[in-house]
Amino acid sequence: MKKNAYFGLYIVIAILLLLPFVLPNSFYMDLAIRMAINAVIVLGLNLLIGFAGQISMGHAGFLGIGAYASAVLPTHFGWHPLLAMGAGALATGMLAALVARPIFKLKGHYLAMATLGLGIIINIVLRNEAALTGGPDGMAVPSLGLLGFELSSDKHWYWVVALLLSVSVWASLNLIDSPFGRALRALHGSEVASQVAGVNVVRYKVSIFVISAVFASLMGSVTAHYVGFVTPNFADFFHSIELVTMVVIGGMASVYGSLVGAVLLTALPQALATFEGWETVAFGTILMVCMIFMPRGLVPTLAAKFGKGA
Amino acid sequence: MALLEVKQLSIQFGGVKAVQNVSFSIEAGIVYAVIGPNGAGKTTLFNLITGVYTPTSGSILLDGESIAGKLPNELARRGVARTFQNLQICMNMSALENVMVGAHLRLDRNPLKAALRFPSITRRDAELREESAELMRFVGLEKYIKARADSMPYGALKRLEIARALALKPRIIFLDEPAAGLNPKETIEVDALVRKVADSGVTVVLVEHDMKMVMNLSDRILVLDYGKKLTEGTGDEVRKNPDVIAAYLGAHA
Amino acid sequence: MMLAQFLQFLFSGMTVGATYALAALGFTLIYNASNVINFAQGEFIMLGGMLAVFFTQAGLPLPVALVLAILVPAIVGVVLEKLAIEPVKGAETVTLIIITIGASLVIRGLIQVWLGKGTHSLPAFSGDVPIQILGATLMPQSLWVLGVTAVVVVVLWYFFSRTLHGKAMLATSFNRLAAELVGINTSWVLFMSFAMSAALGALGGILVAPITMTSYDVGIMLGLKGFVAAVVGGLGNGLGAVLGGLLVGILEAMGAGYISSAYKDAIPFVMILFMLFFMPRGLFGGKSTDRV
Repeated sequence: MKKNAYFGLYIVIAILLLLPFVLPNSFYMDLAIRMAINAVIVLGLNLLIGFAGQISMGHAGFLGIGAYASAVLPTHFGWHPLLAMGAGALATGMLAALVARPIFKLKGHYLAMATLGLGIIINIVLRNEAALTGGPDGMAVPSLGLLGFELSSDKHWYWVVALLLSVSVWASLNLIDSPFGRALRALHGSEVASQVAGVNVVRYKVSIFVISAVFASLMGSVTAHYVGFVTPNFADFFHSIELVTMVVIGGMASVYGSLVGAVLLTALPQALATFEGWETVAFGTILMVCMIFMPRGLVPTLAAKFGKGA
Repeated sequence: MALLEVKQLSIQFGGVKAVQNVSFSIEAGIVYAVIGPNGAGKTTLFNLITGVYTPTSGSILLDGESIAGKLPNELARRGVARTFQNLQICMNMSALENVMVGAHLRLDRNPLKAALRFPSITRRDAELREESAELMRFVGLEKYIKARADSMPYGALKRLEIARALALKPRIIFLDEPAAGLNPKETIEVDALVRKVADSGVTVVLVEHDMKMVMNLSDRILVLDYGKKLTEGTGDEVRKNPDVIAAYLGAHA
Repeated sequence: MMLAQFLQFLFSGMTVGATYALAALGFTLIYNASNVINFAQGEFIMLGGMLAVFFTQAGLPLPVALVLAILVPAIVGVVLEKLAIEPVKGAETVTLIIITIGASLVIRGLIQVWLGKGTHSLPAFSGDVPIQILGATLMPQSLWVLGVTAVVVVVLWYFFSRTLHGKAMLATSFNRLAAELVGINTSWVLFMSFAMSAALGALGGILVAPITMTSYDVGIMLGLKGFVAAVVGGLGNGLGAVLGGLLVGILEAMGAGYISSAYKDAIPFVMILFMLFFMPRGLFGGKSTDRV
């Protein structure tokens, strides 16, 4: 069974290795890098939404904490960027742990509302504390240096992100087929059944929430360093919805679905960029159509059609 | 000392006294049945003992330790397993994985080790896979070992729940209507299975409507009616009790 | 001076609170009929205001424009229900949430394309000469908002407690299957709840437009805050929705006035987190247990 599960990973790695030689120019490189970053975020979010069956409508807030930690701490306090990234992840983890326990006693819509509220509050704080964060206009982010080597060119970033993505896919596949992963999936399948089997339901929900939040924070920092600039829009409600959409359209509870969702929905705004208002309409229509006709998402629906499992 | 002692247990939902001052005790190793008309409070009693509900008053002692109000996962830790009247199977997983979940507490649940694929975890998982397949054979589900849970028929799923409960390696197992919804042939098979489980040393507590099965299997029987204890005793004692006959048995046993 | 300031905040809080109340009632109606949280509710509020502007600017007399601005969103609501909610009855919560969010995007996008991104205002219904009360100013439009909302609430109360149709809708919200079994046309109930909910939202949007102006993107925040109000009051409870709306509006205004106006928008969401942590069933919601 293990060999089959890693087969997809080998394909992903092969694609990642070949891609730089196929892409025509730096515009596409940039797109590929953004897709890969989103893919990692979505993997983390999918663990929470797809596998554990919970909801998070404010995940972009955690992206924002990581991104702004990487911007504010080096700029205003002279911290080393890596230290700042770690601090951002730690702060996010602590915040997530703090609110998770009361939040995860809720279910369904109440849970959605609580995560939504949290995300919006984070966004408003980032927008308002202009002295630190530069307010609605955002602020510049210093470049990331690893062991004296400064990450600046597209090519360097590509390999870093490709590595991150490969490791994330590998780790996710391992996690899902493990005692921890099974407990999460059982929690989704039947909470009470998992409870009588010994799963401490609240503790697991909190853990997976914290894990996916920290994933997001780290990737928020990565994005901030890559783009070189960050604005509060990065942490807004619309971005949170985009992330959930990537999970849902690609396929909940599907590792490869997360990748597909990230790729498609990172490319889509680019394709529709010239159409502004129509972009919103198109996005909304795609959401509705996908959810009505393929509620399990692209990858699981296609996989079921062709007989295999994903 | 009895394995399980219940004293004056009560629970109230608003104005409804679902269980009132019920007391009984269960010795280790026997098969104990709880019977009564529909609505008598049998499943509620199970839910109280297995931690799904918290009692309004009374006490529950497992091996002398008070367990009233403890969460189901804490009870699992103490060797208490149960199956559900309304099937609670994880349809999003395979049959084997459902059984493996039952062994949750016996495994290393560390997510970091799992993500990094520590050999200890993969080895233990492979062992567990074998163990769970064995359990599925024990309950008569050989042909579903490679199946997905959502492709299995109702009768098979009822046994799958039993396999999952057994994966816990419990001291005491609560079976809530294991024969509900099964045809006569399947019922006989479940009857044999429950006997097998009891013979393996696990204390079995059973809610059942099928009187033949109850009389066949049980060492002692508790009769509930309207949330109150009507009587308790061996099959013969209960069957001859006029109150029980009046309330429930009628012409059946 | 203190009293005047307090009253000022109270008035503006109650006014915007009435809009939240109408939105919250809309959420409650749909939630009761179908267990769906309609994230597109905010867009109905926006539609009310924007369409009222459009119809009056197109030359229609104010009353006609207003009626149309309520009718059209009601139709949109029904279309949403038929196209997007009915086909997926019984789907997972996440799926339904995404569908209604998708719908909100479609509605907002279409208005953006058709009517542009500008801000618009509606003329006040009975002029804009401010009324002085104990040192605080009250706009006549505020009286319209509060008055009409109060009338609507009374009418709805009457509808649900005294008429057969209303009781049918309530019955469906308690137990859909049972309602169907006694002959209630639950499809019709669903239809009505979406139409009424959209109309309520649109009405709220129209009433407030002269005061707060309207544009293609007011729906998001209004809708979310309306949802907060519904949860504060107790999801599924009509009286709770109204009181929740007023409470959110007043606390928001007070917070903005006395503490910090920059964080005004954050106040409803801090409120919702507090409510969800300490009183998740809301002010009037009951307790519930799952049967196993």
